[in-house]
Amino acid sequence: MRRLIGLALGLGAAGAAAFWLLTRPADLPGDTLARLQTHTGDATNGEAVFWAAGCASCHAAPGLDMASPTGDRLRLGGGHAFVTPFGTFRAPNVSMHPTEGIGAWTLEQFAQAVMAGVSPQGAHYYPAFPYTTYARARPEDIADLWAFWQGLPAVDTPSQPHDIGFPFSVRRGLGLWKLLNFDPAFVAPPSDDPQLARGRYLVEALGHCAECHTPRDITGGLDRSQWLAGAANPAGDGRIPALPPQGWSAGNIAAYLQSGFTPEFDVVGGSMADVIANMSRIAPEDRDAIAGYLLAFRSSPNR
Amino acid sequence: MYKKAALIATFASLSLSSAAFADEQADPNVNARHAYMSLLAYNLGVLGGMAQAQMPYDSDMAATAAANLHALSQVDTTRMWAEGTDNFSLDGTRALPAIWENPDDFVARFAALTTASEAMAAAAGTDLASLQGAVGALGASCGGCHRAYREPE
Repeated sequence: MRRLIGLALGLGAAGAAAFWLLTRPADLPGDTLARLQTHTGDATNGEAVFWAAGCASCHAAPGLDMASPTGDRLRLGGGHAFVTPFGTFRAPNVSMHPTEGIGAWTLEQFAQAVMAGVSPQGAHYYPAFPYTTYARARPEDIADLWAFWQGLPAVDTPSQPHDIGFPFSVRRGLGLWKLLNFDPAFVAPPSDDPQLARGRYLVEALGHCAECHTPRDITGGLDRSQWLAGAANPAGDGRIPALPPQGWSAGNIAAYLQSGFTPEFDVVGGSMADVIANMSRIAPEDRDAIAGYLLAFRSSPNR
Repeated sequence: MYKKAALIATFASLSLSSAAFADEQADPNVNARHAYMSLLAYNLGVLGGMAQAQMPYDSDMAATAAANLHALSQVDTTRMWAEGTDNFSLDGTRALPAIWENPDDFVARFAALTTASEAMAAAAGTDLASLQGAVGALGASCGGCHRAYREPE
């Protein structure tokens, strides 16, 4: 009996040790760090990255609409709530406020949060924050983004806690989630066509379209075999459509991203309205590039 | 003349959309909402199509479409939004229960269409640049309700 208890304790300890090792928050790779540190941040490009990456959709105050002025979208006090099967996530204050926001962070800490989903204190972030997408970004773009961030206002709204049930409340467990689901490889094959390559980068590394438009498996990871094939709404009722929508031309997609008008002149709604608010602020060539990338999926069923 | 053409188009579009939705569900409030939204889209399509250079700018056509939108924005649609006609209670609608939980906000966002369409009515017949300058706010006024009160699909 004592041997059995000893064995159980031993196995338990081995399991705990394995869990601890497997779930360790990872640092950024050395070459990523080197590229961050040798790059001179360009705030102008950083603003383009900001809109393309959709930071304001989650981190600006709730209740903005398409008519809200740009200045309101740059006040990143957080507060958006996302009701999901895992619990309610609330976007934190990521403004330049030194204590309520992230104003005291270093570039390396910012990049580790955005590209690896790890906080300066070494804790995993929940993947409601799409670092699984941003991991594909060029480190230079992240450095530029941080340069742009320096000019954003400090907002003193305190971050609200998430409301997550056990076992998902154990952040260390996210290490296992990352082992299963954190794949920084691009999904579409690389392209020699500059527009398609740019579209792939905008969609897969910044725009995080797939976070809603790709179905998730039971662990909450994206099913890469059904990339952009449409999915249940991850934060609410209804379905998110497949991309590209049936019958839409490249011009239709680019016009929609600019104006929110569908080809039938229905007008965008739901969380996509916030996406359009961002996409209307990127370069026209970038909207065309996204359209070009999405049309490559036209041959898939039902779209 | 234009008024008459607009009326005919309005009723043609109304009967078309009613027919299109008749098979899906039978709630008359939901039918009326869909018909009303079709009329908005029909007129918005003229203005948006010109703004996006999908069709040539025609000041009379633009002014008529804008006037129609402004007139439609002043229709009292209260009865269409009857209690118990949200997407949890009925099939065939994407209207979220939040409409009935925030009636004041819903009415205020609806009223934004009146403001935006009034601005468009003043701009649309002037020239293409004026129309293009007003179309963003017009779309945003539609999006204001759709963002908060319509299910994704």
